[in-house]
Amino acid sequence: MDALIALIQNAPGAANMSAQALHNTAAALMATLMFTVMALCAIVFTWMERKVAGFLQNRYGPMRTGRWHGWAQAVADMLKILGKEDIIPAEADKGLFVFAPILVLLGSLLAWAAIPWAPGFVAADLDLGLFYIFAVSSLVIIGILMAGWSSNNKWALYGAARGAAQMVSYEIPLALATIPVIMYTGSLNTQDIVIAQQGGLANWYIFRDPFLFVAFWMYFIASIAETNRGPFDMPETESELVAGYHTEYSGMRFAFFFLSEYANLFLVSLIAVMVFLGGWWAPLPLLDVIPPALTFIIKGVMMVFFNMWVRWTLPRVRVDQLMHLCWKVMIPIALICVLGSGIIQMVRG
Amino acid sequence: MIALPFLGTVTSSMSGHYGTVLIFVLVGIVFAALALGVAKLIRPSNPSPAKMTTYECGELPIGSSWIRFNVRFYLIALFFIIFDVEVIFLYPWAVVFKSLFKVPGLGALVFWEMIIFLGILTLGLAYVWAKGDLDWVKRLMDRPAPQTDTKAAALEEEVPAQ
Repeated sequence: MDALIALIQNAPGAANMSAQALHNTAAALMATLMFTVMALCAIVFTWMERKVAGFLQNRYGPMRTGRWHGWAQAVADMLKILGKEDIIPAEADKGLFVFAPILVLLGSLLAWAAIPWAPGFVAADLDLGLFYIFAVSSLVIIGILMAGWSSNNKWALYGAARGAAQMVSYEIPLALATIPVIMYTGSLNTQDIVIAQQGGLANWYIFRDPFLFVAFWMYFIASIAETNRGPFDMPETESELVAGYHTEYSGMRFAFFFLSEYANLFLVSLIAVMVFLGGWWAPLPLLDVIPPALTFIIKGVMMVFFNMWVRWTLPRVRVDQLMHLCWKVMIPIALICVLGSGIIQMVRG
Repeated sequence: MIALPFLGTVTSSMSGHYGTVLIFVLVGIVFAALALGVAKLIRPSNPSPAKMTTYECGELPIGSSWIRFNVRFYLIALFFIIFDVEVIFLYPWAVVFKSLFKVPGLGALVFWEMIIFLGILTLGLAYVWAKGDLDWVKRLMDRPAPQTDTKAAALEEEVPAQ
């Protein structure tokens, strides 16, 4: 952020800007950059998802658009969606119906503000970083509930109610799994969490103690549920609920839900990398030549791939199994992780 | 140049960082409006009464969807509030845990105090678990089944899930 401010300061015509204006300009640029990253996520990961799904099911996936392995498929989809008619059902609550996708989009975008891409390269260097990310990403739940309710559609309502129940439930093991890491770091600042993992593979939080290893998997499972992806895609089970909470949405408003879904997928993967997998630090000294931001993104994309692998391998769970897994298995295990890791930290001093 | 003079007091009073968040909100709204605006210019608009009906698999929709639904969702929301507050309490404790642990006279007390707090909440979890409120399909209390119609009694035993 400071480097960005210095860059703007040296730009022609910016010599007499006040510190406040400089700061605001830099923040707006960062926000634009994050929004671009989000939009790129949606484009790159939809293509990647279809290719991964294809190869896992022994077929090719998109092959025609753009010649080389159908790389332009997602771009073509985006262009097509731009020209789609926008239909708002006559029975719907129009105000909420229009507002919901924007809220979902905002919830995704805001969380990106505290992601530490490289040393010093974070839009908002908040002391409450991780807490802030979890807090603002809850906006997505409100947006989904709003979308389902305002559609006045039975499928949408079921999908939204299920989605909200699932997302609030899995938020607890998700947050609990990060508690041992915060105990080690002694800070919620996202940069501090990454800096504390300096010094090779053994210092990554996932390998610090056995309980953290378990906590990572708790986080991973909960993050799949948080992003509403298979095997936990209850809110939009296409075989029973049509499309879940966004059944009535079309065109650009649907695209917002879609964008937010893939942005959240990358977001939870980046948080997993940041909290457990060493953030921007390379696993081996040999790989230190790679720029930190690139290391961070490569790790994030690998986590996304892992997420897709799980999605296209495991069958969907039932609603009761979903709740059983969260409340009776994951929350007790996550609590034991906090307890066990605390004891290990006390013994080590 | 994007100068936002009205943000001045906000950003300076929040040491800059939450001002950045506010700018993120504004930029998000601008981009959303931009995308919707561009789409509005390009897309066709031929609404018809049939198109505007609520989708119900091609049938005419029956009644409103704004109805009461399974009470289970409210229960989940209640549990969530209790445990989410617990997690919120855990965060500040986790931040100071290591530094307070080293304070002479405090030591392990810092840890065990939180364990007692967690223990009380875990007792609550164990209670709702034993009560069967964590089961999505909750069995009704031991209600004596009517003797005459065993088939109906078997059907009533479980509340159907949604």
